[in-house]
Amino acid sequence: MSDKPIIIEDETPKAQSPFSEAWGMFRRNHAALVALFVLAVIVFMAIFGPLLYPTDPFEMVWAPFSPPGQEGFLLGTDYLGRDLLAMVINGAKVSLLIGLAAALVSIFIGVSIGALAGFYRGWVEELLMRITEFFQVLPTLLFSMVIVALFGASLPMITLAIGIVSWTAVARITRSEFLRIRELEYVMAARACGVSNTRLMFGVILPNALPPIIVQSALMVGSAILFEAGLSFLGLTDPNVVSWGQIIGSNRQYILDASYTVTIPGVAIFITVLAISLVGDGLNDALNPKLRQR
Amino acid sequence: MALLEVENLRIELTTRDGTAPVIDDLSFTLEAEETLSFVGESGCGKSMTALALMGLLPEGIGRVAGGHIRFNGEELTTATPARLREIRGNDISMIFQEPMTSLNPVFTVGEQIAEVLRAHQGLSRSAAWDQAVELLDAVRIPNPKGRAGDYPFQMSGGQRQRAMIAIALACQPKILIADEPTTALDVTVQAQIFDLLRDLRRQTGTSIIMITHDMGAVAEMAERMIVMYAGRQAEIGPVEQIIDHARHPYTQGLISCVPHIQAVLTDDRPDLVEVPGIVPSLREFGKDQCLFASRCAHVTQTCLDARPPQKAFSAGQIADCWHAEAF
Repeated sequence: MSDKPIIIEDETPKAQSPFSEAWGMFRRNHAALVALFVLAVIVFMAIFGPLLYPTDPFEMVWAPFSPPGQEGFLLGTDYLGRDLLAMVINGAKVSLLIGLAAALVSIFIGVSIGALAGFYRGWVEELLMRITEFFQVLPTLLFSMVIVALFGASLPMITLAIGIVSWTAVARITRSEFLRIRELEYVMAARACGVSNTRLMFGVILPNALPPIIVQSALMVGSAILFEAGLSFLGLTDPNVVSWGQIIGSNRQYILDASYTVTIPGVAIFITVLAISLVGDGLNDALNPKLRQR
Repeated sequence: MALLEVENLRIELTTRDGTAPVIDDLSFTLEAEETLSFVGESGCGKSMTALALMGLLPEGIGRVAGGHIRFNGEELTTATPARLREIRGNDISMIFQEPMTSLNPVFTVGEQIAEVLRAHQGLSRSAAWDQAVELLDAVRIPNPKGRAGDYPFQMSGGQRQRAMIAIALACQPKILIADEPTTALDVTVQAQIFDLLRDLRRQTGTSIIMITHDMGAVAEMAERMIVMYAGRQAEIGPVEQIIDHARHPYTQGLISCVPHIQAVLTDDRPDLVEVPGIVPSLREFGKDQCLFASRCAHVTQTCLDARPPQKAFSAGQIADCWHAEAF
């Protein structure tokens, strides 16, 4: 104790974790904050809606094409006389789940490929990036239709199909971040501590590469929901579950006579995807170090 | 047997103009509990030597072209990557020049120290954390318990370098390589870091290889020194003897540009003198001549015709200069 220097430290502001700092930045983006609230409401509805409004979305409850607000049905009935409100509520779960799961699939594929390519360089990078480019030039809708048509229109297959066609952007972002970070001094310092390659990749470099990947993933959930809607509209969907795209698809013949049957789920998709995009935008603000000092 | 033996080490870098020997025929030994210092200007191959010892030469660009590195008798130049990983951090560890950027920004300092302990010594999460706190205390970071939960950006440069030292010493390595550990720090903090390294060496018995271009730091820290020039050894020997009587004009130049390194300023050295010119480019490395000749005041035809031989003097002082006896 005696030979220790006595250091008087002035009171520094309480340690702020990167998380709370990011939240502070996120809060400043008002549009993103509103969007986050809207998204929270949608998610709440998707989870608890079927309990609060227990009408079976597949049951014929009234005469077909009864417009919204009449006969006691808030959003009216579709061409088979099913309650549109119940369908939209139940469809939320499927749309969100597919969006989320498909985004996870593409993040998993994209991050793995991008990380390997950016870390090992050389022929590994060459090979993986050519594969990425191959997937990039495939017409995505056509390719996913082929997958669904070949392997059946079940929810997991649709999720997989969307994931498989949309991972390229993640792979490229991950690779570029890895190329940048692998040259930084703390990676060399970690090597000098005897850290294995796997841990270097996923324990050292990946956490530092996450911000742009997170932003991209948020946006991908939105585009995956749109993608699912597109596939459902074309009839490539599981007929035993309701999703927003499927409501639009099954009512599309009556678009002129009962436009609300198509408009209402369309608006649901629009609001959800917009909210996700705005949240993604807020995340970009929150996680982008260049914007942090403003 | 010496702890570390380097024998005729030759390291080649592949550049656009072909391969160049950045380390050319370097031999030295490091004893247990000894501090050995590498001195020289930028681009003389000091850091390359350190990276070679760690088996961390830049992939695809640098390679060991000849010679041996033996650690405790074990050959490192041909060791498998897995074995090298085991040695790194555990037996030989390293601290870097730039403490601002050599800590991972997204993990707390405590987590980073604990990580090394968990990887090499298989400690449990909580045991590793406790030891991380102890290590922070050992490197004299005030309030180590609280600071272990800090992120690197919340620490000052000196504190970060202390944290780096804590990481490097976590597994009680036999050799600590310090690559210009104080270059990025201000002078008072430099002194504190040197004190710390000296005390830690006394407590743990770790040998230190210190790389620097600061003769003052060498005089303060090391028992023996190697002066490197253009990838070759210029002079090697006990620090005091070399500072007292350098046999190589380059060493003399390095010493004469530091104020007060000799106890008394004598009449024949009234001013600080600089070494004129710059280190030759990589293309010149490996030529069969004295590479310092272009900057040397005592150059003769012999210096340009052949590489100077190693001339031994008392107490293990060796100078690679044709005219070493004359100085």
